[in-house]
Amino acid sequence: MLKIQNLHVRIAGREILTGLSLEVAAGEVCAIMGPNGAGKSTLGHVLAGREGYEITQGSITFEGRDLFTLAPEERAAAGLFLAFQYPVEIPGVNNTYFLRAALNAQRKARGEPEVDSVQFLKLVRSKLEVLHLKDELLHRGVNEGFSGGEKKRNEIFQLAVLEPRLAILDETDSGLDIDALRTVAEGVNALRSPTRAFIVITHYQRLLEYIRPDVVMVLADGRIVERGGPELAEQLEAHGYAWVKDRIAPAPSVTSAA
Amino acid sequence: MGALLESLAEGFDGDATQRATLDAVVRRGLPQTHSESWKYTSLRALERRSFASSASAARVEAAALESIPAPRLVFVNGRHDAALSELAGLPAGVTLFPRSRGTVKRIAMAELDSTADDVFVQIGLALANEGASIDIGNDARGGNPVHLVFVGTAAEADLAWHLRHEIVVGEGADITVVEHQLGCGTHAHLDNAVMHVALSPHSRLVHVRVQNGAIAGTSLLRTEVSVAASAIYERLDLELGAGLSRHEFKVQLTGQGASLVSNGVLLAQGRSHVDARLDIEHVARDTSSQVNWRGLATDRGRAVFRGGITIRPGADGSDARLSNKNLLLSDAAEIDTQPVLEIHADEVKAAHGATVGRLDPAAMFYLRSRGLPESEARGLLTSAFCREPLGMVEDRSLRDFLVSAIDDSLTGLRGG
Repeated sequence: MLKIQNLHVRIAGREILTGLSLEVAAGEVCAIMGPNGAGKSTLGHVLAGREGYEITQGSITFEGRDLFTLAPEERAAAGLFLAFQYPVEIPGVNNTYFLRAALNAQRKARGEPEVDSVQFLKLVRSKLEVLHLKDELLHRGVNEGFSGGEKKRNEIFQLAVLEPRLAILDETDSGLDIDALRTVAEGVNALRSPTRAFIVITHYQRLLEYIRPDVVMVLADGRIVERGGPELAEQLEAHGYAWVKDRIAPAPSVTSAA
Repeated sequence: MGALLESLAEGFDGDATQRATLDAVVRRGLPQTHSESWKYTSLRALERRSFASSASAARVEAAALESIPAPRLVFVNGRHDAALSELAGLPAGVTLFPRSRGTVKRIAMAELDSTADDVFVQIGLALANEGASIDIGNDARGGNPVHLVFVGTAAEADLAWHLRHEIVVGEGADITVVEHQLGCGTHAHLDNAVMHVALSPHSRLVHVRVQNGAIAGTSLLRTEVSVAASAIYERLDLELGAGLSRHEFKVQLTGQGASLVSNGVLLAQGRSHVDARLDIEHVARDTSSQVNWRGLATDRGRAVFRGGITIRPGADGSDARLSNKNLLLSDAAEIDTQPVLEIHADEVKAAHGATVGRLDPAAMFYLRSRGLPESEARGLLTSAFCREPLGMVEDRSLRDFLVSAIDDSLTGLRGG
């Protein structure tokens, strides 16, 4: 579904991703772990198409399409979704109105019929329950005055409504207490399917106790340095990232394909 | 004498006092941009134009006004249109009539005449024989908003007209008045108006104005308001249309505990120039003013905002807050904002802030990452920005009407 090859990315002249390669298949949950500053969030932003990143080398294909030729909204319509680490507050833009407009814009781009307000409301109600989100939040501005936990749950709520093919969760666990973490994980687990893939970017293993990954990759110094199953996350938790750094130094010249 | 004043003077049809006023204006001529109050709005192009006076009645299809319910008083090209007006549903105690049928006797118009030294006000006083009068009796309250509708429609020549309006609010009354300025078809008329509003003690007036004039039109307005003790004046101005629009808005808080809310939106797009000048005076103790205006300029548009608040000696305990946020959406557009706060009293609370910025790129990316095309994302953000000052309007259907007025005006932005 997603194939990244030898990706090099710079921000303001500094190379953040230094030859990152990975593949994610449909139905897979792939956890990407790594120390702060490893380039985890950069990867999420580059996938979603944020401006300000200079791609100097490499390629990304998503379901066979070159991602770099697509605008952010085209990537969304193609089925890519980024749950933001820091969801943006947009006062005055109604949460529900925005989400319906987004869903219909995607459907229109895919040549599907738009959903009317009755159908949409039904869809929203069914998704709200899973995430224990208060009804009232729907009527506010997008993320306006939401608590940290509410913002993260709102991201997963959007994910549930938009039903993307590939969802990237960028440190969705940061700033969440244990109850909110569980709710978010339940929301994600309910969406797992053989046709949908997840990239779960996280610093801690904690989230992975609730969302069991199929593959764990370690991102350090701008590339994937280690791959394994769920046990890799446990090893990291036990030994810390220093353990990975010791194992990879000096840097290997090539990483094997997954 | 420039072509403008010469052509306007030809429309004279007044009394001896008005003649004297007109002669004085003609002697003085138009203000130049070195005059402080006209620094950001040049009259050079206007000065060379000439306008015919609005002599004959023009027709407007009733369908053009279907979104504006009764009670409404309608003027077309500066003339009262009885057929389009509809007085049914006026709240009890309220009378509404064109100035040609009389004036509200209780206001001392002389006071206005002597204070307004602006050239267009003087022209208005000299040439206006028509306008809207609303007399709101003591304790009149509730009911439907009263609508004043000023329509400009295409004519054989570019027309000029001058109107003089008055709203008198009796003690304890609580009424909503909505002014609509509409452009029908393509024309380049000049409309010039003077509005006088007087609020008696313990009254409340919600006064909304939607300026949606024709794209080549010129719209000049002076509003003078006096707010007596414990009266509340809530004002919203949406400056959405016209090629050149200038509104001088003066409010005097004359009685203890008088308060003002003034919200507004300035929208400058295409080549339009919109200019709003607020001059708020805290005259009495414990008076309050809350000003929240937003400006948006795109294309080659220019928005000018002056938020002047003066707290006079003796107006102790006053509270004045002013916020003016602006969005600049193109490199060729311009926004000039000037908050001016003058304090001559003690124990005063005052705060003011003005900003000019662009659309937040983080918000744009967020919306686009959810699938909204760039133009739609921009439309959502600009509409939300402009809608914020509408929060003061409690009447749900009126607010919906105003939201669509804004959204309709912003449709040009979405294509870009």
